[in-house]
Amino acid sequence: MIMNELTQAAQTDQTNNPNVNVPPRALKNKRSLYKSLLRMSINAAVIVGLWQAVVVIFEMPSFILPSPLDVFEKLMERHQVLLKHSWVTAQEIILGLLLGLTMGLLFALQMLLFKPIKRWLLPLLIASQAVPVFAIAPVLMLWLGYGIASKIVMAALIIFFPITTCCYDGLRNTPVGYLELAQTMGATKWQMLRHIQFPAALPTLASGIRVAVVIAPIGAVAGEWVGSSEGLGYLMLQANARMLIDEMFAALFILSALSITLYFVANKLLKKWIPWEA
Amino acid sequence: MDQLTTFLAVTLMSVSKQSVSRPPSAQSNAVSIDIIDGYLRYHNSAEFILAGLNIHIPARGWTCILGRSGCGKSSLLRYLANLLQDKVEWAGEVNTHPLCDSKEQITYMAQQDLLMPWLSALDNVMLSTKFGSADPLAQKKHLALDKAHALLQKVGLKDKANYLPQQLSGGMRQRVALARTLMQDKPIILMDEPFSALDAVTRYRLQNLAYQLLQNKTVVLITHDPQEAIRLANQLYIMQGRPAFAESLNVPKSATPRNFDAQFAELQQTIMERLEHDYE
Repeated sequence: MIMNELTQAAQTDQTNNPNVNVPPRALKNKRSLYKSLLRMSINAAVIVGLWQAVVVIFEMPSFILPSPLDVFEKLMERHQVLLKHSWVTAQEIILGLLLGLTMGLLFALQMLLFKPIKRWLLPLLIASQAVPVFAIAPVLMLWLGYGIASKIVMAALIIFFPITTCCYDGLRNTPVGYLELAQTMGATKWQMLRHIQFPAALPTLASGIRVAVVIAPIGAVAGEWVGSSEGLGYLMLQANARMLIDEMFAALFILSALSITLYFVANKLLKKWIPWEA
Repeated sequence: MDQLTTFLAVTLMSVSKQSVSRPPSAQSNAVSIDIIDGYLRYHNSAEFILAGLNIHIPARGWTCILGRSGCGKSSLLRYLANLLQDKVEWAGEVNTHPLCDSKEQITYMAQQDLLMPWLSALDNVMLSTKFGSADPLAQKKHLALDKAHALLQKVGLKDKANYLPQQLSGGMRQRVALARTLMQDKPIILMDEPFSALDAVTRYRLQNLAYQLLQNKTVVLITHDPQEAIRLANQLYIMQGRPAFAESLNVPKSATPRNFDAQFAELQQTIMERLEHDYE
């Protein structure tokens, strides 16, 4: 309640005070960053606590559920191996994101610009989602090999649909008033796309990217499970087979940390680049 | 302080010099418009919404068109702004004097300010310089920038140039929209109730500002507010009936923007009664 009043006061201050040319947004952001970090660490502490409690209370054997401490020790002991495999998975995720993003953008653009093509491709796009990406993973392994390429394509395929639909919806739903204004100013079709439709679509595209960042790791790791010689998914399979459950949990922990970090970094960047987003 | 004034004087001079140095095209001339026996029908409807419409829009003056919501006054304005090209059927004449392509000569100001949320106030003012290829300002980026700054100063938002629209109040946003309109530097300005969403005092101030800044322009203002129409009109029309036609009303001889006096109140009462009649 008090916080609300404070932020309100800050806002009125920044609109009324003629001497302030750059609004004091940086300060507010910093404060909210600390707060979200605090919330996150409290969350993490609670989860680790519960985990430890379950291990102690139910006397879990370490090959079913290792204690957080065991996992942490493993994390320290095997950090070089873990780091190496994390690097591979991170590459797969990021390159997959970039590839999926580019494909989605191009697909949405040509659906927008060439209406007849859209009528042919939209059903195809929806049908492509009916085939589970996991089911075609073996085929991808066959075509692209056991290396990093097949995982990049997996990650790209899994994010392709949300990116395309978000981008297309955003480009299509530009407020009519914006378009009319540009029209009275004599904008050509390309100028309209470049200066009005595309920026207006960015907030919608941003929510597509947020979804994509969360699900891209699923694609990459599923790809590694189907067939690979490195990566966190590979490491987990190996550890599982050798009953090194604590190592499996360590890999799982790194994977989660990677996904969460990726999401927060993407979220931060999107907020910075698209400050007008509601 | 002295430095600031000198700087401003230089900036303003460069702006005026630039408008002088431009070729004496229709842009600097005033344009009047005559609509003769206009009929307008949307393709998807069987009924005409405008019929037998005759309106004279004098050069360098405010023509206010009053009517209840939905009477077709916005459609008329949008037709003039060339926004209804393939949506309507139009019969009748639209003559401009001097003869020119009217769609090259208009600026359109809508009810919403339509500021792009991703552009700063300054960039919003400069929006029109991004479009079209014939615009001479496109090559002279710094001149356009100076002009945009000068216009923001004219509407009293010099220090808000780098603000995003959502950091500005409704009145400020509409003032940025006014500066954007002036940036286009066209002789005809079509306004579709641009002040209707503002509170009474902000609206009053904006009317004064718009009057002062648009003195050499041919302005067509659509409104459903009789008070606004009487304050600003050199030529006043009331649109009524289904399909709608326009009828000219006499306005007081006093100079615009008018103050509220007895004659003003009387005219307002007359208009109210006629509009009320049209709602039935």
